Amino acid sequence: MTIPPGAAKLAVFALGLVPLALLLAQIIRSDFGPDPAQELAGSTGEWSLRLLLATLCLTPLRQLTGKVFFVRIRRMVGLFALFYASLHAFVWLSLLLGFRWHAIGEELLERPYVTVGFASLLILVALGITSPKAMVRRMGRNWKRLHRLVYVAAILAIVHLAWVSRTDFGETVFHGSILALLLGYRLWRRFARTAGQAARR
Amino acid sequence: MLVKKPADIQPSEITPESVYRRRREFLRTGATLLGGGALLPGLALAQQGDALKAAAPADLARTPPAPWWEGKFAAIEPAPSSEPFFTSEALTPYRDVIRYNNFYEFGMNKSDPSNRSGDFRVDPWSVEIAGEVARPGRYHLEDILKPHALEERVYRLRCVEAWSMVIPWIGFPLADLIKRFEPTGNARYVEFETVVQRDSMPGVRSPFSIIDWPYREGLRIDEAMNELSFLAVGLYGSYLPAQNGAPIRLVVPWKYGFKSIKSIVRIHFRKTQPNTSWNDLQANEYGFYANVNPEVHHPRWRQDTERRLPQNLFSRRVIPTRLFNGYGEQVAHLYQGMDLARHY
Repeated sequence: MTIPPGAAKLAVFALGLVPLALLLAQIIRSDFGPDPAQELAGSTGEWSLRLLLATLCLTPLRQLTGKVFFVRIRRMVGLFALFYASLHAFVWLSLLLGFRWHAIGEELLERPYVTVGFASLLILVALGITSPKAMVRRMGRNWKRLHRLVYVAAILAIVHLAWVSRTDFGETVFHGSILALLLGYRLWRRFARTAGQAARR
Repeated sequence: MLVKKPADIQPSEITPESVYRRRREFLRTGATLLGGGALLPGLALAQQGDALKAAAPADLARTPPAPWWEGKFAAIEPAPSSEPFFTSEALTPYRDVIRYNNFYEFGMNKSDPSNRSGDFRVDPWSVEIAGEVARPGRYHLEDILKPHALEERVYRLRCVEAWSMVIPWIGFPLADLIKRFEPTGNARYVEFETVVQRDSMPGVRSPFSIIDWPYREGLRIDEAMNELSFLAVGLYGSYLPAQNGAPIRLVVPWKYGFKSIKSIVRIHFRKTQPNTSWNDLQANEYGFYANVNPEVHHPRWRQDTERRLPQNLFSRRVIPTRLFNGYGEQVAHLYQGMDLARHY
């Protein structure tokens, strides 16, 4: 049985909206307790990091399984990561900073975790803007160069998480290990390929 | 051995004078209850709580950790109606006070202390008084509390994480306790220590936690002797829940919440400034003084405003943070001539 690619894509799209639905349900049931701003900032940030790591899983999955499907949904999953990162930034700006625009500059300068998180978001925005097929065509080889920045964005996100943690680094260790594994796999593959080429020569 | 020999008559066997004097009232209360057809343990307490500024909802009232506690809570002096021992700001509901806590011994999340403290033991409890005092020793909590009449105080609590609450505490002035144990002229600082119960505290067992237990805090002796410094044994007219620092905790309302150390087992009078847990961990973020100060920037959180809890996404209460949490009149003189940006 083969699932039509359109349907599979639709399913992934629906799946990407599940965290949003969960967050909204929690807001409506006021599950976030007496300080929802802090909780919302935490959960939107976590979802964005999870989806960013999921995006980075897709290329290796395609290489390991040979299924093109994984690469077909890559852009969408990446855009969802951007979506939750933007929500995260909006919660920070609105609920935690109370739209005090003048405070943004101070936050960026004074708090390294804000600086790092913001840099990561900027990268994701740049990748999002250049994600349509027309842009891919127009940018040619530069597109790939630019989109390698996703690794930088992911590393910055982990640094951001580590900086936000006060004393317990369990979550940072967990997500950081996944990222290390994904980056390690790419390095290993690259090394194996160049070694193979050298041997052939 | 520092454990005191028990007196012939346990303090718990003696009816406090205040209760004895109120026997008529007690009888009347009892009669009313019988008339109402509901005689439940703890209700007498709730009735007495009527005079207080705030009592816990009846369905959430707590059972005493040991029978002697009931006598101790029978007569509580209600809070006055003026600052500084009272504020007319809206109280944070009991539900939120007992479900939103920082008590890392039980876990990192705000709900961990209430969800994971079920095995915590508060009876028997003893407190060691050590260091530069005339009467050091390890004392049963009942003996520690015996001479102190309990009173209610409604204080603001400002957490360094930029949220705040208004809480009606039950307790007694720290200064009264300090005077009793007669500190020597060398006692310039007071150090406090939280209990470590490994088996009942999941946070202490966490492999990813980097706090060096036990949790420690400290005050300068003049800060400790200030009229605002308070030892709390209850809140909302009832016994302290584990997550709020049962059975006895410090409340210093002009300092960030982490100074108000919970579940105290040791009070050490010292000549030199003690190390404190957060200061040891991140000296650039948490100073020894930790006075609430919107002018002094913190590397992690903006301190110019605070989220007054409970928050609702659609009607948020964000208020400006005040120097010394609004208690400047009582405490500003303690820091005269000090650079507060340096001694944060």
